[in-house]
Amino acid sequence: MSKALSISSGSPGSNALAPKLPPGAAGLITLAALLALWQAADALGLVSPLIAPAPSDIAASFPALISDEGLLQRFVQTFFEALISAGLAVIVGTPIGWWLHAKRWAGRAYETWVASFAAAPLVLLYPLFLVFFGRNIGTIIVMSFLTALPSVILKTKEGLDSVRRVLIDVGRSLRMPPAKLFWKIMLPASVPTLCTGVRLALVYALISVVGIEFLINFGGLGELIDDLAERWEIPMMYGAISFVVLTSICFFFLTERIERWLMRG
Amino acid sequence: MVDARLAGPAAARSWSPVLPLRVATMLALLVIWEAVARSGLVFEGVVPSLVAIGGALADLLTSANFYWNLELTAIEVAVSLALGASAGIVVGLVLGARPFAGKAFEPYVHYLAPTPKIVFLPILLVLFGVGPGSKIAMGALSCFFPMVLSVASGVRQVDPVLLRVGRSFNLSILQTVRKIYLPALVAPIATGLRLGSGVAIIGCLLAEIKMSNRGLGFLVMQYYSQFRIPYMYAALLVAFIIAAGGNAVIARYLRLPGK
Repeated sequence: MSKALSISSGSPGSNALAPKLPPGAAGLITLAALLALWQAADALGLVSPLIAPAPSDIAASFPALISDEGLLQRFVQTFFEALISAGLAVIVGTPIGWWLHAKRWAGRAYETWVASFAAAPLVLLYPLFLVFFGRNIGTIIVMSFLTALPSVILKTKEGLDSVRRVLIDVGRSLRMPPAKLFWKIMLPASVPTLCTGVRLALVYALISVVGIEFLINFGGLGELIDDLAERWEIPMMYGAISFVVLTSICFFFLTERIERWLMRG
Repeated sequence: MVDARLAGPAAARSWSPVLPLRVATMLALLVIWEAVARSGLVFEGVVPSLVAIGGALADLLTSANFYWNLELTAIEVAVSLALGASAGIVVGLVLGARPFAGKAFEPYVHYLAPTPKIVFLPILLVLFGVGPGSKIAMGALSCFFPMVLSVASGVRQVDPVLLRVGRSFNLSILQTVRKIYLPALVAPIATGLRLGSGVAIIGCLLAEIKMSNRGLGFLVMQYYSQFRIPYMYAALLVAFIIAAGGNAVIARYLRLPGK
């Protein structure tokens, strides 16, 4: 509560009531108020239910989304597609990151390319991948794998580059062969950065999987949204979109917390 | 498993063939592509030769139809950037300047920012129709989040002394924003604009690819559905260069205010 009161130092006497409320609660109350307004606008006929159905109608669509549209199965499918893509990115990206670290000429020649590739709008090339792989899971996995790959490569290199010189010198003074030096010293010392790379790979893979599923109308949650839109099932479409947004938020929140916990460990 | 740092100072001083290596890699990739295209191992329609793609690109860049479509995409991107960035600056100012508002609402922005915006397209199509409106909304939604987060973070770094001086001069909120916040926020706004422009271009193009009857994205899908694959590659190449190059150009020119 004392933290919340600090607002008064920024604007003296501006608001006597708001500081007594914890910020998190204020955020939730505002969200609830906006939903209530939306509900009221729908009830008063100010908004067409065909364009923006009432929140209560969206909530009521969830049982049908689960039983008729297989929401949870689609969630599992999307999640596993993201997991496979991120897993492949880790398997392929870690050795490449190590190579860029170990061979200085390779790092200097290709690191900026990998960074540019990370910033490149790969998703725009999805028609090209459709030509190569067809409208199937291959397109989703390959595109999401490529989206997740640069973060693993860059973070692996960054992690290995940042290992303290003194640790390497200790290993050398113990006459460790290079392989042992890598497994016993360099890899454990760079684990926190590697974890960040894995987390980013998971996040990028999930975003990419949902986006590509939607664009090519195939797969799990993304396809469901596109299907519902084409069938003009507006409350269920809103419900599916809300579910994707909530799932993404929970996913980002959890992976961030796990990463912090691992860092502390 | 040789560590670069174990190689010794002699290796560090040795000549590093970075540029030749990059050129050689690029050439090798192009040669591999051309070899695969001409080998007959892959259907020619899927991997067209570089000559065919080059010819299609030349055709595309000299056709009026291409510029007619490009014009709409450019307008959509510009309007979406103006709308999304303006809204982002206002919201970012509020979240950054008011700690209570920041703590209450910024977590929502923070966690909504990385969600795939493309899933909102059906709602935008319902709200704004299949015309440029939904593409503009898509671009604006995409660039709103990076701008909010960049500006909110920038506001928190404004020197508190300047704010106290402003209060001692009894500046109004508008004067505080105009005289203190905005001059101090040129660099964060430039960063937000750079990040936002990239995602706005992608948002507009994806919305066009998904559903439209004009624009660069529409052109890509038209070539795809007509199986004019060299033209599709050429149009994708142009879209990709605009999206990636636009970001690089803005980054280059907007670096000035930060210095």
